[in-house]
Amino acid sequence: MNSKRVLVVAAGGTLGLLAVVLVAMGNPANMGYCVACFLRDITGGLGLHRAAPVQYIRPEIIGLVLGAFISAQAAREFRSIGGSSSFTRFVLGFLAMIGMLVFLGCPVRAVLRLAGGDLNAGVGLLGLAAGVAVGVQFLKSGFSLGRAVPQQKGNGYLFTGLMVLLLILLLARPSFIFFSEKGPGSMHAPVWVALGAGLVIGVLAQRSRLCMVGGIRDFIMFRDAHLLYGFVAIFVVALVGNLAVGAFKIGFAGQPVAHSDGLWNFLGLALAGWAAVLLGGCPLRQLVAAAEGNTDSALTIMGIMFGAAVSHNFGLAGSPTGVPVGGQIAVILGLIAVFIIGYVNRPVAVKRGVSIGKGS
Amino acid sequence: MVREVDARGLLCPEPVLLTKQALDALGAGTVKVLVSSAAARENVSRLAENRGWQVEVLEQGEDILLVLTKR
Repeated sequence: MNSKRVLVVAAGGTLGLLAVVLVAMGNPANMGYCVACFLRDITGGLGLHRAAPVQYIRPEIIGLVLGAFISAQAAREFRSIGGSSSFTRFVLGFLAMIGMLVFLGCPVRAVLRLAGGDLNAGVGLLGLAAGVAVGVQFLKSGFSLGRAVPQQKGNGYLFTGLMVLLLILLLARPSFIFFSEKGPGSMHAPVWVALGAGLVIGVLAQRSRLCMVGGIRDFIMFRDAHLLYGFVAIFVVALVGNLAVGAFKIGFAGQPVAHSDGLWNFLGLALAGWAAVLLGGCPLRQLVAAAEGNTDSALTIMGIMFGAAVSHNFGLAGSPTGVPVGGQIAVILGLIAVFIIGYVNRPVAVKRGVSIGKGS
Repeated sequence: MVREVDARGLLCPEPVLLTKQALDALGAGTVKVLVSSAAARENVSRLAENRGWQVEVLEQGEDILLVLTKR
């Protein structure tokens, strides 16, 4: 194995291990690490949605961004860039989140759920792969959101600055911040443990470019399994960890923070996978890119948080009792919207090997 | 034959896709790929190396020039 391969396996393995540790120390079951769930909790913690069980300022997200920021600075890879169809990215982030909250988790949590024996996540991952496969066809036929261009340096620091602000809010606990008293939002590892885990994962994810959607995409497009090694490492380490601590329980019914409606598990993550492949990466990768100074990715995260707010304010999100009709309609409309976005951004003239993308 | 690919500011997989098109079209020779992120540098390098092209990495200010050659 070359050093890059070792790095991506180390990143995935560490994430899998820390996820098991975080659950053992207080996080909800099979939710040691979940970018979608944690961004939803932060959205609720800020009071932007009022679903009382899922409100908390998750230090795992703050740590991840700070870790990736420090790592990007140290490696001189920080670039303040943006302007690649920014609002379209916001909308795609929004749509991906609708799908992820119907499924109840991002691609990272899907793998962690499977490693906990939750077979519904297997159905979701099939949907994710299907969504990515469809998105790949759009990429192959020339889909592009155009080029990002260098921006004034301060722009790239804003997102990490926002995370510092969240950390202050978490520690100061002013009265206008919401923290769940019961439900998943009330279950969390100690702040410093979660923050530290986030920092470590942030550094490793930045160095290795770990991306769940990218792994499936590169395998389909180029038969390149590099990023899939990270994906598999998360699964294997979390599986062994769950078996070791007795947190492994195989089956479809009664899984923690999950429902067993296969169709909507499949379609929810299919929507997320399709949107994410058009965005160039899963929510984890978007967070890392935002920390590296990509303001388009920062706006994508804002779209994801907007999706969390809409999902919970309008009762679209799945829950252990199933997926509400509104959520089912939203997923179908979301798939149509992603299709339209994919279709209209397709024609890019490719001349003599030079792509003349929109915005170039 | 020298072919140039300008993949600056594009998120993956677009730089890889454009490079692949150039490599496939050329078969052998030199392809110069200009990218602006470390992730793109690694992904393009991996594609080229997997296909038997030699990769030379040159820093160009904020951008990175990858010179891919195959005899």
